[in-house]
Amino acid sequence: MSVLVFLESSEGQIKKSALEALVFAGHIASHEQSQIVGVVFGQPSNLTEAGTYGAARILNITDSRFSAMDAQAFAEALAGAARHAGSNTVVLAKSALADSVMAKLASMLDATAATNVVAQPDFSNGFSVKRSIFTGKAFENVKLTASHKVISVKKNAVAMVENPAAGTIEEFTPSLSAKAFAIKSLATDKTTGEVLLSDAEIVVSGGRGLKGPENWGMVTDMAKILGAATGCSKPVSDLHWRPHHEHVGQTGIKVSPNLYVAIGISGAIQHVAGISSSKVIVAINKDADAPIFKVATYGIVGDAFDVVPKLTDALKSAI
Amino acid sequence: MNILVCISSVPDTTSKIAFSDNDTKFVSAGITYIIGPYDDYALARAVELKEAAGNGNITVFHVGEADSEPVIRKALAIGADDAVRVNAAATDGYFVAQQIAAYAANKNYDLILMGRESIDYNSGIVHGLVGEQLGVTSVSPVMKLEISGNLATMDREIEGGKETIQAALPLVLGCQEPIAEWKIPSMRGIMSARTKSLQVIEPVSTQSGMQFEKYELPAPRTTCKMIGADQVQELVSLLKSEAKVI
Repeated sequence: MSVLVFLESSEGQIKKSALEALVFAGHIASHEQSQIVGVVFGQPSNLTEAGTYGAARILNITDSRFSAMDAQAFAEALAGAARHAGSNTVVLAKSALADSVMAKLASMLDATAATNVVAQPDFSNGFSVKRSIFTGKAFENVKLTASHKVISVKKNAVAMVENPAAGTIEEFTPSLSAKAFAIKSLATDKTTGEVLLSDAEIVVSGGRGLKGPENWGMVTDMAKILGAATGCSKPVSDLHWRPHHEHVGQTGIKVSPNLYVAIGISGAIQHVAGISSSKVIVAINKDADAPIFKVATYGIVGDAFDVVPKLTDALKSAI
Repeated sequence: MNILVCISSVPDTTSKIAFSDNDTKFVSAGITYIIGPYDDYALARAVELKEAAGNGNITVFHVGEADSEPVIRKALAIGADDAVRVNAAATDGYFVAQQIAAYAANKNYDLILMGRESIDYNSGIVHGLVGEQLGVTSVSPVMKLEISGNLATMDREIEGGKETIQAALPLVLGCQEPIAEWKIPSMRGIMSARTKSLQVIEPVSTQSGMQFEKYELPAPRTTCKMIGADQVQELVSLLKSEAKVI
């Protein structure tokens, strides 16, 4: 028996969130007295980390077609890996790819899919997990009663703890149906080398208070100093000041960084829904009554054009 | 074009979330229910597609009890032609997907549209499960949708950007912005919604592998620590030594 973990890579490296998924799986494996089997695509460069965080075996799939994020293909490959490894439980770190794979993979394995899990499982009365609901405003504890389970885990669900295991690499070739890679890809438009918003530890975000896209330099400057991803509020995205994929909010990206800096953002409920999982929120707004100050950890009432450059300079010296 | 649009009925975004009965029930008193915002995008696109084609039928589908009917009527007012309500509480994503698949099984919909997830339980699995159950290709999240004959050209969101893809109908799609703009029902729409067909059917029985135990609220946030606009240095120190985030 084993627990299978999808070790998703980004730009040739296993993502930190995937290593968190390994630690999550470790709680299951230790309860079941089974081992963890990781699945990687395209031999990422940091495979030893998978062993460090608990993978006894690593199935390496080298079919180059997997560089395209075809949900059907990934689901079939992971289902095949689960059968090959004798896994009743598959763990994925939440991501755009994981989200697109969950339901397909669960159906293929006749498994229950539990998405957005935010803490380690609870085995006191069966196999229970805590899910994030109401877009981060609440949680539900649910018992997973089927023999097979597919679980997606949110960022920071578990504390990172090393759990060294053999990490033996084996080549694996899943059998794929005609539906894998069947959807025609015409074009891809994505940024590379930039910090991904959904994975970012620090986010610097701007709202309508910045008055126009030409003023975004101070957002990107601060982000650069902090090694942060940049985000924006819905009105800014609707006005096309910033690209749609920077929109943080109820119907945009939900972020869970350690630090979220909100500049010129009033803090409408729709925006707050996207940032509620942030550990620390800093708000800079010239309106002392802006609702953002109700959710912020630290706040500065002031003109962003004045405060932000000063704050960036202070950060530069401190980091 | 025959389109099935699946909608959820959810508390509006400003709702205060509270639980009762030892955290086993959601307090719905005083809550305003709306069409799930992502489902609202799906519905808007369906109406646009039907208007552009000049023909077709949009059925709106909802799993929920009788108190959801005002939300269904709103979807009819926005432009759906008829509606079906499965008379059952939407207990989890698997249950909902089974209801949709059972209803859609022999009806040859060109498109089954819904939001990428509902904003109450955020499972995000219904479209995928429906697709698997019906043997129909599913894609989510879809940000743009054009139909030409039997071919759909779509933009789907991927990490850090988007991918333009093409697939033949029929399809099951999980929708999100900016696929369309939310539609506000016209007076005419509201009037005609009253007489459009709203059929109530009984649920098919299913075996879910997820058993609800209880709700939980997050720990309340501490009061915001205000710092003077000319004391950014103090903020930096706090971020470093107190919050430990830099």
